[in-house]
Amino acid sequence: MKSRALRRVALAASVASTSALVLAGCSGGGGAAAGSSDEEITLTVATFNDFGYTDELLNAYTAEHPNVKIVHNRAAKSNDARANYFQKLGKTGLADIEAIEVDWLPEVMKYSDLLAPVPDDLKDRWLDWKSKAATDSSGNLIGYGTDIGPEAICYRADLFEAAGLPSDPAEVAAALQGDWSKYFEMGDTYVAATGKPFFDSASSVYQGMINQVEAAYEDPDTGEITATTNPEVKKIYTQTLDASKTQSAHFEQWSTDWYAGMANGAFATLSCPGWMLTQIEGNAPEVSGWKIADVFPNGGGNWGGSYLTVPANGPHVAEAQALADWLTSPEQQVKFFEQAGTFPSQVDALKSPELLGAKNAYFGDAAIGEIFTNRANAVSVTPFKGQYYFQVNDAMSKALLRVDQNTQDAQTSWDQWVSQVDAIG
Amino acid sequence: MTTTLQPPANPAASAPDGPPARTPRRVGFGSKLSAWDLKLSPYLYISPFFILFIVTGLFPILYTGVISFMDWDQIRGSGTFVGFDQYAYVLSQPAFWDALRNTFSIFVLSTVPQLIFAVFIAAMLDQNIRAKTLWRMGVLVPYVMAPVAVALIFSNMFGDQYGIVNTLLGRIGLPGVGWHSDTFASHIAIATMVNFRWTGYNTLILLAAMQAVPREYYEAATVDGAGKVRQFFSITLPSLKPTLIFVVITSTIGGLQIFDEPRMFDQGGTGGSNNQWLTISLYLYKLGWGEWNFGRAAALAWILFLIILVIGAVNLFISRSLVRDEGARDGLTRAQRRAASRAAKQRLAAESTGKGARS
Repeated sequence: MKSRALRRVALAASVASTSALVLAGCSGGGGAAAGSSDEEITLTVATFNDFGYTDELLNAYTAEHPNVKIVHNRAAKSNDARANYFQKLGKTGLADIEAIEVDWLPEVMKYSDLLAPVPDDLKDRWLDWKSKAATDSSGNLIGYGTDIGPEAICYRADLFEAAGLPSDPAEVAAALQGDWSKYFEMGDTYVAATGKPFFDSASSVYQGMINQVEAAYEDPDTGEITATTNPEVKKIYTQTLDASKTQSAHFEQWSTDWYAGMANGAFATLSCPGWMLTQIEGNAPEVSGWKIADVFPNGGGNWGGSYLTVPANGPHVAEAQALADWLTSPEQQVKFFEQAGTFPSQVDALKSPELLGAKNAYFGDAAIGEIFTNRANAVSVTPFKGQYYFQVNDAMSKALLRVDQNTQDAQTSWDQWVSQVDAIG
Repeated sequence: MTTTLQPPANPAASAPDGPPARTPRRVGFGSKLSAWDLKLSPYLYISPFFILFIVTGLFPILYTGVISFMDWDQIRGSGTFVGFDQYAYVLSQPAFWDALRNTFSIFVLSTVPQLIFAVFIAAMLDQNIRAKTLWRMGVLVPYVMAPVAVALIFSNMFGDQYGIVNTLLGRIGLPGVGWHSDTFASHIAIATMVNFRWTGYNTLILLAAMQAVPREYYEAATVDGAGKVRQFFSITLPSLKPTLIFVVITSTIGGLQIFDEPRMFDQGGTGGSNNQWLTISLYLYKLGWGEWNFGRAAALAWILFLIILVIGAVNLFISRSLVRDEGARDGLTRAQRRAASRAAKQRLAAESTGKGARS
């Protein structure tokens, strides 16, 4: 009895240890010297949401590099990827290539020394504001730019028509040419005619406006938080909430109500970066009125976008850099755009005929490639985002929501935000 | 077994005449082993739990304690000692007190109705009904559902403008409720999710306890002419006391650590624009994994630990007195019982002194 039980234990132990070995082998931690090109290696790529990295497209790389096996791990939400990233950064366990979102870039920049920099000869491939945001104080670019979120204005042509406003995309673009006051004026006209809200929420409009301010929350030189004393922040806050009183649908962004509002005609306009198109189409498939106007108040703006980073302590840094280079090359970026709608951040990709010819049937055959290329070229300001940006901005969107939801008046909410920001750091 | 193979240690001992001399028996290695086996084996058998606990439980707890006194950089794994600063920071934050209020509010709103429902449903299931097993399995179904799925469905129901609940309220002419803006409303919404998930679980535990109540009690009560309601309050409920205490304690611990439901109540998962439904665990998560400030998160973890200790002590105190009361079926009050025992002691003392005097 005893010996049989022991044997069983031994068997189980040996199975467990072999499978552990196999698993270790799969994770690419073979410990072999990096750099040699003929060796069989496995590169892991970790992304979130949908980067368009299908097996077919990745196989194209394996075809060119037969010794490289690519394993693609995809997290459902960027928040999951974020928690994983910061738990393992500087230690072990990260993939050879890790995608990061522009929202957490300020925190990543704090640890830029733990990432392998992009080789110098590639630095000029991206739009300058895209690479400037990921360049640290010693001049190292640490992220391979993937997609960007140049903003346009999406609007409901049918609702505009009913309100007596111009409804053709070119006419709407012409009417909105100028600064934000033009946008709010149009909102007043719309509200007066229909009695219905013009935009979705105060915080989405605020987001668009604050992204056009050079240094909104922190001093680029000292890193000190200046948000509460910056007159521009207060001005945008007041301006947004004044308009919001009558024009906002008072939704919280990303709430189920907000998504439902896209389909129900609860608001007529929405700031829309390229990636918002799939959100609108997915949540309002029955609605035919959504159109895109090639315009954004006050010039251009960028909302969202991602980078690929290569952790410096990975086992195959050189190979990973080569793959990241390939994944963010102009030709691939265009393919990923066709696959998942991620808008390219490469200068050359923006000139590609495939991109410029891209149309979207849902938005009335809008020439989305051309529109968003124009919007990307219109971005003139790279907003400085220091290490506290995310916290300050998060507290701000809550402050706006409190007023939007009628929980507090604008002044109380502002004061509460100030005390919250003072406690940061 | 091995000793039999050895020659007799003392031939004289086997001599038929005269009593055998009692020399100490040589202990073989085998019997030594079996002696150790007897003494050590139990410890060895229970050691996996303690080894695992030390590695995965005790070490993180102590490590958290160390970090809570530091300004900790999680990524570089280093920090500077700051004393009680992190505790002071957490306690000085309005968000902490909001979280404390919300946690208790949600806890009360979920535990009390939940237990009342659970006792009621268990009492119904305890009756002689058709397809018993089906009904009993049925109450456990919500518990099997993933909490995240439950939260997703319910947050759709509790939408502020297009939610089912508000639509129904509108049908009967009532104004919609701001489930995501009003503090109390958000607590009710979250407590509903908790109740949905845990009522069935508690029902089954209570049902098991009810079935252990001897049927003779009910028969005797029926013979005495007591109705169903009277039987429930006079027999079933008192017999349930120990089980109810167990259920209350487990729901208390669960309630103080509530996380999934408030986390999933909106997309951001940060507890509402004005901390309407921020709970302590959610705040802990926000400090640690939102702001990457593990020093503060560790300090909050210890504060939460102390809160649970205090509540646990209160629980213990209450449950002890409940159980004692249950034991006292003679109908005496505590003071009477104490007086009786004092009298008995005096009687004993008097008797023993009397004995001493006689001898």
